[in-house]
Amino acid sequence: MPLTEKQILEWLDEVKDPEIPVLSLVDLGVITGISIPDSTTVSIEMTPTFVGCPALDMMKNDVIAVLKKKGVQQVNVEISFKKSWTSDKISEKGRKALKQFGLAPPPAGKVLLEDLDILEHVPCPRCNGTNTQLKNPFGPTLCRSIHYCNDCHEAFEQFKPV
Amino acid sequence: MNNEAIKELLYKMADDQLILGHRNSEWTGMGPLLEEDIAFSSMAQDKIGQSHALYQLLHQLGEQEPDTVAFMRNAGQFHNCILVELPNGEYDFSLIRHFLYDTAEALRFEMLKQSSYKPLAELAVKIRAELRYHTLHANTWVKQLGSATEESIGRLQHSLEKALPYALGMFEPSPYEADLLSDRIFEGENALREKWMMHVEKVLSQTQLTLPDWKLIEPVYGGRVGQHSNHLQPLLDEMSEVFRIDPTAEW
Repeated sequence: MPLTEKQILEWLDEVKDPEIPVLSLVDLGVITGISIPDSTTVSIEMTPTFVGCPALDMMKNDVIAVLKKKGVQQVNVEISFKKSWTSDKISEKGRKALKQFGLAPPPAGKVLLEDLDILEHVPCPRCNGTNTQLKNPFGPTLCRSIHYCNDCHEAFEQFKPV
Repeated sequence: MNNEAIKELLYKMADDQLILGHRNSEWTGMGPLLEEDIAFSSMAQDKIGQSHALYQLLHQLGEQEPDTVAFMRNAGQFHNCILVELPNGEYDFSLIRHFLYDTAEALRFEMLKQSSYKPLAELAVKIRAELRYHTLHANTWVKQLGSATEESIGRLQHSLEKALPYALGMFEPSPYEADLLSDRIFEGENALREKWMMHVEKVLSQTQLTLPDWKLIEPVYGGRVGQHSNHLQPLLDEMSEVFRIDPTAEW
């Protein structure tokens, strides 16, 4: 059966974010291009969530490993900023997975981060309440910020809008 | 398009990010609060990652691999401004430097989004978005501590006066200003400095800090042409110590 883009996308659903194992790279929105130049070769274009993301090499290797396991002979992965990542690239499925994982998803849609407002009252992934406050725009990884829910009396993290 | 002009621009930006990234990383485990420890460590990771992406563009223009460029040059071959290589000092100096530098950097990448050199314009969109978190962090703390106690205001004022001559050194004119402008690669250091002054004034006007008369501040130049303070070489020795033991090692 000839390779199709749809098939490749299905296979890539197996490749998860190494730090958020419930979220696939496809749902994260970092796969920005798939081409099939000939019957044995697949070229993937990827872009990092943050330029300094240390998980990028691991993700790239995982993409190659999964596609080879599925029988693709030649896999090329190119890192590109032509279609750079923004947090609205996370799919609806991905946003649900983040929330179940305990990470508040970024707000849907384009974000214009000119001031603190959109970070101040992020809905708590546990109680959905907005009686929360921003503790630190920087968190345990480049893509997460730290918040505190005044109702649950617990800290939580958000996948940062960018 | 003038490749030499592009390279000069890329080198100074990449070196700034790498060296300040390294300085920021020196706060890891040393921050005055855990939150600040995390903030400076995250900004270090961002900046070093951004420098890598810029060195990658240089590599595409025929320069050596990013690791070689980052770890195998000596101080005289670096093009960062002197501001970023100065020791961290106490937290007040690191904060003021972070504020002055990141305000300029955010504006620089905002301008570069329009660059006719496409690979840089594409990267600038991404880096600009990330830098919002850096300027947000700097502005928040400068506003808070710049209006808090006599000690916090006094310390920031002292550091501000110390940092400003070096901060103006960020805009040391390039020999390629005319080429960059005519090729629409970059609007130039003068245009950037004008925008930067307005932003700095705007934030500081919301504090009890006093900005000295710009005309009385003598810029410290030299960094862009490899003339550095005595602080850069020890930083490079430490940063590249492991790499230089075996440059061919695979990690």
